[in-house]
Amino acid sequence: MKIKWALLTILFTIATVLTGCDNPLMVLDPKGPVAATQADVIMISIWTMAFVVLVVIVLYIFMIMKYRASKQRDDYEPPHIEGSKVLEIIWVAIPILIVAFLSVVTVKTTNEVEATPKGYQEQEPLVIYASSSNWKWHFSYPEEDIETVNYLFIPTNRPIEFKLYSYGPIASFWIPQLGGQKYAMSDMVNTLHLAADVPGDYMGRNSNFSGSGFAQQTFNVKAMPTKEYDKWVDEIKATAEPITEEKFNKLLEPGHVGQSTYTGTHLEFSPAPEGEHAGHSMHGSSDTEKTDSEKSDESTKDSHEEHSEHSNMNH
Amino acid sequence: MDYFDRFAVPHPSPAIYASMVAIGLTMLAVVVGITYFKKWGYLWREWLTTVDHKRIGIMYILSALLMLFRGGADAIMMRAQTAVPDNGLLDGQHYNEIFTTHGVVMILFMAMPFIIGLMNIVTPLQVGARDVAFPRLNAVSFWLFFMGAMLFNISFVVGGSPDAGWTSYFPLASNDFSESVGSNYYAIAIQIAGIGTLLTGINFIVTILKMRAPGMNLMKMPMFTWSILITNFIIVFAFPVLTVALALMTMDRLFGTQFFTMANGGSDMLWANLFWVWGHPEVYIVILPAFGIYSEIISTFARRNLYGYNSMVISMVAISTLSFVVWAHHFYTMGHGAMVNGIFSITTMAIAVPTGVKIFNWLFTLWKGKIVFTVPMLYSLAFIPIFTLGGVTGVMLAMASADYQYHNTMFLVAHFHYVLIPGTVFAVLAGFTYWWPKMFGFMLSEKIGKWSFWFITISFNVTFFPMFITGLDGQARRMYTYSESTGYGPLNMLSFVGAIGLAIGFALIVYNIYWSTRYASRNISNDPWDARSLEWATHTPIPEYNFAIVPTVDSTEAFWDSKKKGFKLFGGKVEKIHMPNNSGVPFIMSCIFFVWGFAMVFSMWIIAIIATLGIFACMAHRSFEKDHGRYISVEEIEETENKLRGAK
Amino acid sequence: MKIDNSLPLEYSTEENRLKIFGFWIFLGAEIALFATLFATYFVLVNGTGNGPTGEHLFKVPTLMLQTIFLLTSSFTIGLGINAMRLGSKKAMLSFFVITLILGLGFLGVEIYEFVEYVHEGATIQTSAFLSSLFTLLGTHGAHVTLGLFWGTFIILQVKKRGLIPETANKAFIFSLYWHFLDVVWIFIFSFVYLKGMM
Repeated sequence: MKIKWALLTILFTIATVLTGCDNPLMVLDPKGPVAATQADVIMISIWTMAFVVLVVIVLYIFMIMKYRASKQRDDYEPPHIEGSKVLEIIWVAIPILIVAFLSVVTVKTTNEVEATPKGYQEQEPLVIYASSSNWKWHFSYPEEDIETVNYLFIPTNRPIEFKLYSYGPIASFWIPQLGGQKYAMSDMVNTLHLAADVPGDYMGRNSNFSGSGFAQQTFNVKAMPTKEYDKWVDEIKATAEPITEEKFNKLLEPGHVGQSTYTGTHLEFSPAPEGEHAGHSMHGSSDTEKTDSEKSDESTKDSHEEHSEHSNMNH
Repeated sequence: MDYFDRFAVPHPSPAIYASMVAIGLTMLAVVVGITYFKKWGYLWREWLTTVDHKRIGIMYILSALLMLFRGGADAIMMRAQTAVPDNGLLDGQHYNEIFTTHGVVMILFMAMPFIIGLMNIVTPLQVGARDVAFPRLNAVSFWLFFMGAMLFNISFVVGGSPDAGWTSYFPLASNDFSESVGSNYYAIAIQIAGIGTLLTGINFIVTILKMRAPGMNLMKMPMFTWSILITNFIIVFAFPVLTVALALMTMDRLFGTQFFTMANGGSDMLWANLFWVWGHPEVYIVILPAFGIYSEIISTFARRNLYGYNSMVISMVAISTLSFVVWAHHFYTMGHGAMVNGIFSITTMAIAVPTGVKIFNWLFTLWKGKIVFTVPMLYSLAFIPIFTLGGVTGVMLAMASADYQYHNTMFLVAHFHYVLIPGTVFAVLAGFTYWWPKMFGFMLSEKIGKWSFWFITISFNVTFFPMFITGLDGQARRMYTYSESTGYGPLNMLSFVGAIGLAIGFALIVYNIYWSTRYASRNISNDPWDARSLEWATHTPIPEYNFAIVPTVDSTEAFWDSKKKGFKLFGGKVEKIHMPNNSGVPFIMSCIFFVWGFAMVFSMWIIAIIATLGIFACMAHRSFEKDHGRYISVEEIEETENKLRGAK
Repeated sequence: MKIDNSLPLEYSTEENRLKIFGFWIFLGAEIALFATLFATYFVLVNGTGNGPTGEHLFKVPTLMLQTIFLLTSSFTIGLGINAMRLGSKKAMLSFFVITLILGLGFLGVEIYEFVEYVHEGATIQTSAFLSSLFTLLGTHGAHVTLGLFWGTFIILQVKKRGLIPETANKAFIFSLYWHFLDVVWIFIFSFVYLKGMM
């Protein structure tokens, strides 16, 4: 049967494509410890699964070739076979072993990627607040007291802790070559641990569908040695304008904007939804809670108006 | 005028205007045609008011085929748009509407009704029953599904299609970010169809558990019937979750409640959880019956009994149970921590074990068999390796740490098409071809069938395999365009070429139906495939009472035994048969449901209230109605039987 | 229609047995429905936003009144079915009427309670907590309302057509429904009201 050979060829082609060639796939070409762990897990699972596929296909080809009617006597009457305890136990037990092996790998690596990367634990992580709005990314560096839009500069060889949240629909913050993604949502802050080993330019994007401008919600990531990074921060501080609430609200309006840089961060006037500012599970009657809700009331109204303006433009 | 603005399509394009005209003309042609041929009475008596499970099944399948082409048209447009970088064929908004409706239509209005259609036709026959437990309710189920589907489908010409993805995540689907009525259509049309599905679930559980032929204990049921029983249990426990989720969505959008809002305590993650608590079992609702269909077909054409019957049943029960405890794997990236993700990874991977058991049992059903490569068998055989690929990539996706890289990418899209197309689409095509002679009294052409099989199977791989690769290269799903520098162009073009091949394959199926209807021989036996279960034991065409004498069963393959070992299937003598009466109420009530849904979508409260009263009036009518059904006399049965026997 | 006289009237025909079994499956679906509503409520119970909490809203007297009405009605419908099995049409009808009056009483108190809530500024739009509270209680209340109409229809039919397998079957299924609503209320009583007041 042609199809089996086609499948086999395809399998080998992917195996070669995935393992080594001049233009490797982004996810399998890691530039940081988290992405490296994930690429390893992917390769382990691909090889394990290739074994399973191979067993199935060998059995399959054997059955189809050997027991086709054209190769049997005309009066051959296939027997009645109920099943076999031994065989059935084998194909329950072996998959259980495979699943158990992969479970161990999963649990171990999931814990790994959810913590500061190995080898970086003794360093103080750089905290960057990455917030999404329709359809752009805002990066606030509280430590350096600067803010960028739609681009991200990071130092290499230092752990980075992204604090993710959103000013609108759920977005997913993803830099494939540095590590897997995580959601940015409006009512809570998610933490994503990443680090870059190699200086370079990387693609970052929102990968979670968030409306009509979603396809272009990307950002550039530039990883550079600490020295250069510090130089960049100093330069920004010397040249950029401060961010104001007015400017920030203008940035939040739905649409696409280019890259821009500011001193100060929007966290001062529009704090992230963490701690007492978290959007859900509010209980009690403190005053802060009340003002907070009022604020969010306003912001929903604002975004609503902005949105209608935007869709009017679309008409 | 403002009032009427809502009915306008927010993003009109020439294609949409053309569709409006086409829909209008088609409807006109249908009405004129029926009037010209004076078929209104026939249509009403024989189809719109029918409670016969076979006719209802055929109507389900016809609607499903119609929806297959609607969803397929969406798919072609998506592939065409992404075939080259920076393509301007569709704008972002239009593309978003198309992938949203593609998902909803294919899962809820194509896969489900196709499965339910086959289930309707085959299950009562396989258990040796005269109809389902509640024939009238069955008609209600069908018409609710049908009206839900129609309501959903008018969205793209009246008021705008939903555009928040088939998962419709909040807050994207809230009034703040989806202003058009599209998401109202989503909430209400699926709700109406979903109620119908829930009723089907109840109906078939009772039918299978209480109406089996004498001697057929649970472990002697055909495997398809087993799969249907388990599927219906999933329906009964999963669909209420969807009912609630959609009701909450409706209230958020129409009545200003705060369930999934960004302020006032609402939780957007609640929607994602509710959706997938239903959504994951839903996947098994469309896959398990497919497993049943394959079990029937593989054993028929390997000319052997099914290998490992007991472990087949146990594995389906295990899969259905596990299907309720894996939902969070759809959003590992929501940030619920390594612990929760680890647990859901393990439960998800555990599903691979019972599924593997099934694959090996099918392979060993071929062992020592005598394999005949008919069209249904070709689909079933192609299913095994392709579904294995879909399954193993599912295991890869189940591993949380790696899923952070696969999530929301084309890798995921490739995976679920590798599961759903061989799993469900191949199965319904196989089942459709397999049971076609029982439904219509002639066979579909094997030659054309084989052509379409090869087109579909090869094109399927050409379309979806490249997506695994672009996914690993960082192509996110649902992007309406991408720039040339990403390098995704060539592989996306390949996908487009595959999509064209798929379209040709499906067109060939339609041509096959046309050709076979005109030229195929009507002179076929009651059992043209030399099959093994009870549906082949009755006449073709099937008399309305299915079996003149209720069959007696003493093994999983009683019909086969009757052919080979002279087992006596029909003891007893002919007695008068009680049959249910036809009724127009299910159809009328569902029409009112349609009006109610339309009124709700556009917030026309007065009409909505009147329609609600109308629905309750129909239910009250049913309560007071005295309907004792009717009897078919012995003479009448004998006359029919003689005629059917004579036809051969 | 074959009638098996060895069984109670409501089970006496094949069709009746199917209907009762089918209704049990339907109740299974109803359990899933209410379980989802309870889960939603528990997720959102602290999402009170600007609005009042349960502690502020829930009142003992109305709660006790509702509970007494509904629990008693569950008892009286049991007596009604018992009377039906004994073949006493009159006693059965009286118990059914009492049941529906108690149900109406329950509904009256619930509506009064809702009006009170709204007066205190607690509407379904105020907060996620209130949205889920009103939806959970409202769904139960809507079931009771539907039950009132359904029960009335059955009383009319039994009155007109007497105790025959068909009407007995309907009355029995209705009693299952009514008991189910009572069970749901016990859950609402414990996990919404008592938990909220503590």
